[in-house]
Amino acid sequence: MSRARPALTPWLLVSPGALLFLGLIVLPLVLTFILSFHVYDHTTGIKNEFTLAHYAAVVSDDYYLGIFWRTLRLAALTTLICAAVGLPEAYVLSRMRDPWRSVFLLVIIGPLLVSVVVRAFGWSMLLGSTGLVNQLLQALGFGTAKLLYTESAIVIALVHVMLPFMVIPIWTSLQKLDPMVEAAAWSLGASRFTALRRVVMPQVSLGMLSGSLIVFGLSASAFAIPGLLGGRRLKMAATLVYDEYMHELNWPLGAAIAIMVLLANLIIMLAYNRMVEARARRTLG
Amino acid sequence: MQKNGPVALAFHTLVVIFMLAPLAVICLVAFTPENTLSIPTTSFSLRWFQAIFVHPDFVDSFVNSLWLATLAASIAVALAVPAALAIDRYDFPGRDALNALFLSPLIIPHLVLGVAFLRLFALIGATGSFAWLVASHVIVITPYVLRLVMAAFTGLDRSAEQAAMTLGASHWTVFRRVTAPMILPGITGGWLLAFINSFDELTMSIFVTSPQTVTLPVRMYMYATESIDPMMAAVSALMIALTAGAMLVLDRAFGLDKILVGQK
Repeated sequence: MSRARPALTPWLLVSPGALLFLGLIVLPLVLTFILSFHVYDHTTGIKNEFTLAHYAAVVSDDYYLGIFWRTLRLAALTTLICAAVGLPEAYVLSRMRDPWRSVFLLVIIGPLLVSVVVRAFGWSMLLGSTGLVNQLLQALGFGTAKLLYTESAIVIALVHVMLPFMVIPIWTSLQKLDPMVEAAAWSLGASRFTALRRVVMPQVSLGMLSGSLIVFGLSASAFAIPGLLGGRRLKMAATLVYDEYMHELNWPLGAAIAIMVLLANLIIMLAYNRMVEARARRTLG
Repeated sequence: MQKNGPVALAFHTLVVIFMLAPLAVICLVAFTPENTLSIPTTSFSLRWFQAIFVHPDFVDSFVNSLWLATLAASIAVALAVPAALAIDRYDFPGRDALNALFLSPLIIPHLVLGVAFLRLFALIGATGSFAWLVASHVIVITPYVLRLVMAAFTGLDRSAEQAAMTLGASHWTVFRRVTAPMILPGITGGWLLAFINSFDELTMSIFVTSPQTVTLPVRMYMYATESIDPMMAAVSALMIALTAGAMLVLDRAFGLDKILVGQK
C-alpha cells in the first residue's frame, strides 16, 4: 500500500529505535574498544596514555591463557554433549504424537525461561557433597565423588542450560522433513540406520550446525554457571572479566578481554554464514 | 508415523529427568523445616518462605525487577512495532543495516554489553541510575519483540487493509482499527517474552546495577556466592512458580513452541 509514499515515513518510524541502538550499542562498544588501550596504574587508576600491554598480557600470561583454554575446552565439550543428546532427543520428540509431543517439548525448552541463577543453584544442590547425586552414587556403591566446584559440574550445568538451544533448531529442521521420505528409503530397502544416516542426517545437519554455534557462543561467554558452580578457583572468560572489573578494578584489562570475547564470537558467526552460503550454492548446483 | 522404540523412550526419560531434576529439587528443598539444604522427609514447613520477608532487600529487589521488566518490555514494544512496520513495509536505504543493528544484541554476549554499558554510564555519570538501567534492558530485549512482531506482519493478510483503504480510511485509522488488532497476538507475545527475559537477566545487569537498583537475579547471585541456606531455595521456587505461570499464559494464548521455536 505504501511503497510509493515519500521516503520520509520509514525513517520517522525507525528513528527512535535506531537512535537508541546507535547510542547504546555502537557508542559504548567503541568506548570500550578505546578503553582497552588505556594505560592502567594500580595507584592512580586509568591514565590518558595508550598501550597494547593489556592485549599482550592476555596472550602471553599463563594465567589468562589457562582461563581461555579452559573456556574453549568446556564450551567445546558442552557443544559436543548437547549435539549428542539434542539430536536423538529432537528425533524422538518429532516421532511422538500430540499431546505428548507438546507436553515434552514444553518440558525440554521450558527451562529456558527460568532464570539461569535458579538453574545453577539447583545444580549446586544436586552436585554438592551431600547432594542427591552423591547420595545416589553411594547407594549404588560407588562412594562419593567431589563434583561441585569442578569442571564436570560446570559442564553438566552448561549442558542443562544449553540443551534447549540445540533441540530447537534441530526440531525445526525435522519439522520441515517429510516423514514419507524416510519411509520411502525403507521401502527401497534401506536399513533404519542407513535411512537415518543418508536421508535424515543431511536434512538436520544445518539445524545441528546452527544449534552448535549458538551453544558454543553462549557457553564460552557464560557467567552464572562458572560463577556459582566453578567456585573462585575455576574461572572462565566471563567470570575473569567480572573479577577484573569488580575486584581488581583494572577496567582496561577487563575491556581487552571482553573485546577478545566479542571478536571470537563475531568470527564464529561469520564463518558460519560463509559455510551456510557455500552449502546453499552447492545444493543449488 | 513410526513409533519410538523402548530404547528411544528410555533415553527420552533420562533427558526429561535431567531437565527437571534441578528445578524439582529446588521446589522440594524450599519446604524443608531444617536449617540446611535438605529434602524434607517427615514434615513440610513454610518457614523459609517467611524468611524472605524478613530480608527486605530481597523484597525490594523483587519489586525493582518487576518495575524494570514492565517498563523495559513496554518501551521495547513501543520501539519495535514502528521499526518492524518500516522494515516490513518500506524499502529504504540502510534498511538491512538497521535490521541487523536491531537484532545485534542477540549475537553480542551479554557480558560484553554489560562492560560496554558500564563504560558509557561511568563517562556520562549515569552509574546507578534506574532510568539508564531500563534503557540497557530495552536494548537487550527489543530483538525478541521485533522478531515476533515482524513474524506477525509477514503472516498478515493485506486484503483487509486494502479494503479499509478503499472504503476511505486514513493510514492511521487503518493501522489502529485493522492492522493493530491483527498483529496484537505478536505484540502481546513479544511483550511477555521481553518481560521474562528482562526479569531473568543477570550477566549484563550485574555490571550496571548499583546497590540501590539491584535486580532480583543479581541479588540472588550475590547471595548464593556468599552463603547458601534454604531461603535461596524458597526464592528460587517462587521464581519458578512465576515463570511457570507466565509460560502457561504464553502457551495457552500463542503456543509456547511457536514463540520459542517458530521464530528461529
